[in-house]
Amino acid sequence: MAGAYWCMVEDDRQGAPKKVMAEVLGEASRLAGAAGAQAEAVWVTDKATPEGLKQLGEWGAKRIWLLENAAFAPYRAEVWTPAVAELAGKESPQAIFGPVTTRQREFMARLAARLGAGLSADSTGLAAEGGKLVATRPVYAGKLLSKMTWSKTPWMATLRPNVFRPADPQAGASAAVEKPSVTIPGESMKLVERKQEAATGLPELTEAEIVVSGGRGLKGPENFVILEELAKVIGAAVGASRAAVDAGWRPHRFQIGQTGRTISPKLYLGFGISGAIQHLAGMRTSKVICAINKDPEAPIFKIADYGIVGDLFEVAPLLTQEFKGLLEK
Amino acid sequence: MKILVMIKQVPDTATQVKIGGDGRTIDTTGITWIVSPYDEFAVEEALRIKEKRGQGEVVAVSLGPERGKEALRSCLAMGADRAIHFKDAAWDAADTLMTARALAAVIKQEAPGLALFGRQAIDDDMGAVAAQVAELLGWPCASWIMEEAVDGDGKTIRVGRQVEGGLEIFDLPLPAVASAQKGLNEPRYPTLKGIMGAKKKEIKEVKASDIGMAAEPPVLSVVKLESLPPRPPGRIIQGEPAEAAKELVRALREDAKAI
Ligand SMILES: Cc1cc2nc3c(=O)[nH]c(=O)nc-3n(C[C@H](O)[C@H](O)[C@H](O)COP(=O)(O)OP(=O)(O)OC[C@H]3O[C@@H](n4cnc5c(N)ncnc54)[C@H](O)[C@@H]3O)c2cc1C
Ligand SMILES: Nc1ncnc2c1ncn2[C@@H]1O[C@H](COP(=O)(O)O)[C@@H](O)[C@H]1O
Repeated sequence: MAGAYWCMVEDDRQGAPKKVMAEVLGEASRLAGAAGAQAEAVWVTDKATPEGLKQLGEWGAKRIWLLENAAFAPYRAEVWTPAVAELAGKESPQAIFGPVTTRQREFMARLAARLGAGLSADSTGLAAEGGKLVATRPVYAGKLLSKMTWSKTPWMATLRPNVFRPADPQAGASAAVEKPSVTIPGESMKLVERKQEAATGLPELTEAEIVVSGGRGLKGPENFVILEELAKVIGAAVGASRAAVDAGWRPHRFQIGQTGRTISPKLYLGFGISGAIQHLAGMRTSKVICAINKDPEAPIFKIADYGIVGDLFEVAPLLTQEFKGLLEK
Repeated sequence: MKILVMIKQVPDTATQVKIGGDGRTIDTTGITWIVSPYDEFAVEEALRIKEKRGQGEVVAVSLGPERGKEALRSCLAMGADRAIHFKDAAWDAADTLMTARALAAVIKQEAPGLALFGRQAIDDDMGAVAAQVAELLGWPCASWIMEEAVDGDGKTIRVGRQVEGGLEIFDLPLPAVASAQKGLNEPRYPTLKGIMGAKKKEIKEVKASDIGMAAEPPVLSVVKLESLPPRPPGRIIQGEPAEAAKELVRALREDAKAI
């Protein structure tokens, strides 16, 4: 049997894999299936739950390599990398995929260096072409797409959330759980403190299926409440343009764009954002783009699927009402 | 303490990029080149560490073609003490791993206390080189740092790294690798004196053979570049705000099935 397609598990640090793993496992299963191989999960954690293992099986993992050890938390690439590399050396996977999250982006890069492998980071497409894998990645602020291929295995890639079709969960499907013994490397980095931001009750920006985003047109930090109200109704995350972040209205981690986060939600609603090229770099792969701007010439209308030319202070509360009416039905 | 800062020259974010004749690289005519913005944060931070400690050396390092010297020159104008330019046809098709190997080799030679990088280069947006260099050197690495403080005797660095939902504060023994996230600082503009002074500072050129490297096929290579598929034309919803809002919500639900 051909080498397996590994999926590095991103979890919520409480023992449950994140939803984005349905996308990674879904894509790995499709590619592996066509190549007569299977998708497998590799879960590095200090704590896995039975429900979490079951979930990975239902999302298509045929086997789960569980590396469970207290030393794996907090996450440090220097500890994870030798452990996973040791396993990869024994099992020779054909591919290693992971979702784009802050830790997977760093970990996968470090693992690629250790394995001497190629890493296609933040991929938005993967396709088998004549026995090779070809990845698609946005480059130059998303102005162009780069098609890349590997000269040797394992083919390593991180996958942008919300782009790949998630696996249809197979109720009752279960994965064989293997607990391989690997050397636990020493650590040099020590966690001092974790400064958690107060929970907003809204989804995480990069994972959210809907993102509401505000720019300079909001005129002040207090007005973000208008967007938060809308976000609560439709289960969206709230993002911002750099102008809003630089003005100190929102913390930097909410910035969308070239020097912020890249998002790819099913629906993006921009309020009072002009649509500068650097902003578009962070959201142009969104499936449906809506813009509300009082300037009919604003560049964001060029890539918007739907637009309203108008005053956001008037339109946003009306949209909140309309969505409320719709979703309460 | 000696600090090495890895900087990449990239097209200005507002520049139009066109696909070149080979279909795999961009047409470089008419492009304005800049130091990748995250790398500027790294240069600024290195200068601040040196200023705070009252001693030390900041060395800017870049791998790329001849024009990369301009980028190094602007780091020297900001205040870096000297620069190293990796320039060799052997690196023309360098992928991230090959770049990381070259940078790791010079870091090993120079033996700095700290190697600073940008979070990602904004041309290829890989965000991989810093962690790869750390692995090749066997050093700890803190990615996406928003704050840092080197302790008094230069033995450890305390960093705040950005993760989903917050900041993680770590202590790393030096030498270490760190990559700069936006929010770390506001990079300074070079002063006239800085610009003049930069002309006299050294930019040392390094060839692949100088560090025992040779041309080798990349592990990951570009098959081709493509333009974005055109987006279907959008629709501006007309009408009074109340009507328009109602119609937008209907269209998102029924036509776009986005909610
Ligand atoms: C190196 C570099 C990196 C950058 N990175 C990023 C990045 O990551 N993310 C990012 O967003 N930007 C980035 N920028 C900045 C970018 O170029 C723009 O300056 C920024 O996106 C503008 O933000 P904005 O759209 O909120 O503000 P503006 O461009 O000022 O637009 C405000 C818009 O609000 C509209 N408006 C005002 N009042 C109302 C109202 N009452 N109702 C409706 N509409 C209203 C106006 O018509 C206008 O179109 C970067 C720039 C550089 C040079
Ligand atoms: N050619 C290069 N020369 C010098 N530094 C580089 C080069 N390529 C990448 N880097 C450094 O590595 C960081 C990450 O780059 P990348 O992984 O390509 O996104 C950049 O911000 C730079 O600090």
